[in-house]
Amino acid sequence: MARYETVIGLEFHAELKTKSKLFCPCPTEFGGEPNTHVCPVCLGLPGVLPVLNKHAVELAVKAGLALNCDIQRVSKFDRKNYFYPDLPKAYQVTQFALPICRDGYVNISGKQIRINRIHLEEDAGKLIHSGESILDSGFSMPDYNRAAVPLIEIVTEPDIRSAQEARELAERLKSLLEYAGVSDVRMEQGSLRCDVNISLRPEGQTEFGIRAEIKNLNSFRAIERAIEYEEKRQAAILDEGGRVIQETRTWDDGKGITLSMRSKENAHDYRYFPEPDLVPTVIDDIWMNEIRQSLPEMPEARKHRLMTECGLSEYDTNRIVETPMLAFFFDEVIEAGADAKLTANWILGDISRLLTGNEDKLPIKASDLAVLIEQVKSGAINHSSGKLVLEEMFMHGGCPLEIIKTRGFAQISDASALQEAVLKVVEANPEPVADYKAGKKKAMGFLLGQIMKATGGQANPQMVREMLEKALDA
Amino acid sequence: MLTRLTVAETIKGLQEKQFSSLELTNAYLERIEALDKDINAYITVTAEKARKQAAASDKRRIEGNALSAFDGVPVGIKDIICTKGVRTTAASKMLENFVPPYSATCWNKLENAGCVLLGKLNMDEFAMGSSTENSAFFTTKNPFDLACVPGGSSGGSAAAVAADMAPFSLGTDTGGSVRQPASFCGTVGLKPTYGRVSRFGVIPYASSLDQVGIFAKSIEDCALILSYISGKDEMDSTSVPVEVPDYSVLLDNGVKGMKIGLPKEYFGEGIAKAISDMIKAQAQKLAEAGAEIVEVSLPHTGYALPAYYIMATAEASANLARYDGVRYGLRVERDNLADMFKATRSQGFGAEVKRRIMLGTYALSSGYYEAYYNKTLQVRTLVKKDFDDCFAAGIDCLLTPTAPTTAFRLDEKSNDPLAMYMSDICTVTVNMAGLPALVVPCGELGGLPVGAQLIGAPFAEEKLFRSGRVLENERLIPQFRNREGR
Amino acid sequence: MAISEKDIAYIAELSELELTSEEAVQYAGSLNSIIDYMAQLQELDTSGVEPTTHVLQLQNVFREDVVKPGLSREEALRNAPNRTKTSFKVPKIL
Repeated sequence: MARYETVIGLEFHAELKTKSKLFCPCPTEFGGEPNTHVCPVCLGLPGVLPVLNKHAVELAVKAGLALNCDIQRVSKFDRKNYFYPDLPKAYQVTQFALPICRDGYVNISGKQIRINRIHLEEDAGKLIHSGESILDSGFSMPDYNRAAVPLIEIVTEPDIRSAQEARELAERLKSLLEYAGVSDVRMEQGSLRCDVNISLRPEGQTEFGIRAEIKNLNSFRAIERAIEYEEKRQAAILDEGGRVIQETRTWDDGKGITLSMRSKENAHDYRYFPEPDLVPTVIDDIWMNEIRQSLPEMPEARKHRLMTECGLSEYDTNRIVETPMLAFFFDEVIEAGADAKLTANWILGDISRLLTGNEDKLPIKASDLAVLIEQVKSGAINHSSGKLVLEEMFMHGGCPLEIIKTRGFAQISDASALQEAVLKVVEANPEPVADYKAGKKKAMGFLLGQIMKATGGQANPQMVREMLEKALDA
Repeated sequence: MLTRLTVAETIKGLQEKQFSSLELTNAYLERIEALDKDINAYITVTAEKARKQAAASDKRRIEGNALSAFDGVPVGIKDIICTKGVRTTAASKMLENFVPPYSATCWNKLENAGCVLLGKLNMDEFAMGSSTENSAFFTTKNPFDLACVPGGSSGGSAAAVAADMAPFSLGTDTGGSVRQPASFCGTVGLKPTYGRVSRFGVIPYASSLDQVGIFAKSIEDCALILSYISGKDEMDSTSVPVEVPDYSVLLDNGVKGMKIGLPKEYFGEGIAKAISDMIKAQAQKLAEAGAEIVEVSLPHTGYALPAYYIMATAEASANLARYDGVRYGLRVERDNLADMFKATRSQGFGAEVKRRIMLGTYALSSGYYEAYYNKTLQVRTLVKKDFDDCFAAGIDCLLTPTAPTTAFRLDEKSNDPLAMYMSDICTVTVNMAGLPALVVPCGELGGLPVGAQLIGAPFAEEKLFRSGRVLENERLIPQFRNREGR
Repeated sequence: MAISEKDIAYIAELSELELTSEEAVQYAGSLNSIIDYMAQLQELDTSGVEPTTHVLQLQNVFREDVVKPGLSREEALRNAPNRTKTSFKVPKIL
């Protein structure tokens, strides 16, 4: 059996976070009944013309900056011609000859993956099939709500050598785009999509093998699994002395296999030519600097700040920065006045635990968490009550002070009330008291527990311990 | 007769209440009724809408709320310009029943000024042709001789104005589609600078070459109308934010001190001698009015026509791809998508449209882009530079023939595409360079009109009007109305 | 560079046009005479000449990122030659 090296290049499509479409003022928001976010321009009616959304250009530049690209001073649009019912004009307006960004890179563990280019283009519509899939559908229904939503396409060089590297790159890229604020990057909603180009070559060979392109990868896990499957499939063909066919294949997640899409060969003669309805985009230094300055703090700078200014450990910092949503939330909570280290503890502890299985959205407000942290810190409630308050906030919402009040979590720190409870317990438990006095220090724990029970868990544990020691030592 | 008036005279009549817009509109509708069965200029006559618009205009005028000087003036529009709620076909079976839910900006501006829509005018299908014989519906005849073509592609727009079936009309000009029919039908015809008039809502043939143009009975009318329809449009990225002057006040500034060039390449082989002579006689008139006439050279002119046809058809192959039977237009039902696409497009498009789609597709296809498409873009650079050099050397306008011949006979060229393409030989350079050009009637040959073409620098329409006005003052506009008692 | 009937078939396929064999012969004939005429362009040396895609000097024409109402669904579907209640409708794709 020959040994093969896997060569992988990835292509990502990310929907840009604009309010309106790339060339018309229709909304980009998800949902919406079919064909309700459309106008003559995005339906490609005869005689209509595109006008470029300035914000989409700025977001594409931001993506380029986040991926260390050279932003091109002059970029232009081209028409890519092919017929398909989800493509209203039967050409896609994209950037072929002069894309907006070139030559970037992304670092993954111990390795740099080069980015060939980023270009701006319009999305196609969606086909709703009458049957289960396109294969068994008697008819299909084009919905043009997504037609002309702005996309960037990010193309890497074939620098990736394994499924694990591909997955890491995808995760890294998602995080960078999210930090840059250019896209929602939700793979399950399709706002981030990934195609894999993969080929095998005998180890030591320099020229590339014949590649297959895999589409329909809806998760990081799918990227990894599809590559692993394809490595085996192609290796088996090569082992038998066969040739891999250059083709597009689709990933079947249920079956865990890739399938040939058997597209028409000449469908690849796209006849690109310059889009005459649009004029060149020229990014001068002034505009470039404006965009650069509006770029949010990127991960490396953020890590530096969390460690030096907030005093977090490297471990905690990495865990927070790994998830942009948590990192943004962390900033908001400390902005609201909470202590940075305590905030990190809460976020990495209870909040991460509560988020398991629903990582997309934080159901609590940063200002509320700041209040809760302050309540625990000041001793107004104890830590275990704090956890219960947080759970309540996650489940039903509401502000922490309200929950503490209605649930009666306020900690008893009134010395005379506590003294009374301590004396009662001492009186009611002569045996453990005797044990303690006889040197069995473990009895202390039992007595403390009894006092907490008597106060509904709200006694200030520090004060109780001090009072009990005093009473017993008397 | 109301239908003989120019737009300027019509405006005056309406303002002085000599007649109402409804009387005027009815006069045109009656004339269309009487003549158009022979001429076939209109695809759709919007009689009911026109009478309603006219009555509304009269009401506004009585109340002192006229929308503009144009309020109540009728107009005919080439059927490639979208008119909201009114069927717009591009003279194609593909769009036979297409009713656009929006109006082209140029029609929008006229409608907002109070203009009355008489109807939609015939043309070569998708503006692809030079005789209007490529209309999917019927052929328009030249009012001066019904056995001859009116020119094309805006043949209906030219014939309607020539035959007094509209006081003015709009057309489009991609390679001469306003100027050649204006010359064939004896009207004034203007192709403005590329970007001067918005293309929004104008069904494209070749986007980098298309421009809305005007057919009128006088240069004064042409100038008035241009002021209304020009200007930057937020809906068209290629419309230019250059100020629109009130052209009509500049008309009579004369040509004294102007330098007018006669490009020698336009007077040689392939151009009828009688036409060359007639155009040169016009130069003499301009000289008498104080202009300096100089012979100039535009050396790349000979390469313009082949380059133009590749460039235009390449763009067209993409522009016409959207007609796939899915969202609007004709659909020929088949049980699978691929067959439906093919059947729809094969039956929906006429022979010439299919030929041009295939020519353009070929020029862009893998392996031919450099040799064909990119080459034409380089030729365009050279053609444009020829003009730029001329204007930089102090030439104000160029004077040339508009077409190599007068109107040719029906069917004379319809089976020879290349011969048909050759009739655009004097006009395509202007589109390639994005320049303005004005056609002024300058006489007749064998009973058929001849127009002289004046070409200007970008946005120098004013100079074209001033020069044209000198020629027009010689009363050379052919008089169709005096023939055969029409 | 003559266009063969095979080329015609390929171009027709790219253009989504179906031609009868008679039409294919006719188009091959007329396109070849046109292409022959176009061949004179090859005589012209254009090396080093920049292509002009657009005569305009315009750049950076934008719209702001503002949402405006478009067509109602009924307006959007009104010209559709075949439709369901909510969508356009196309026959079997594969």
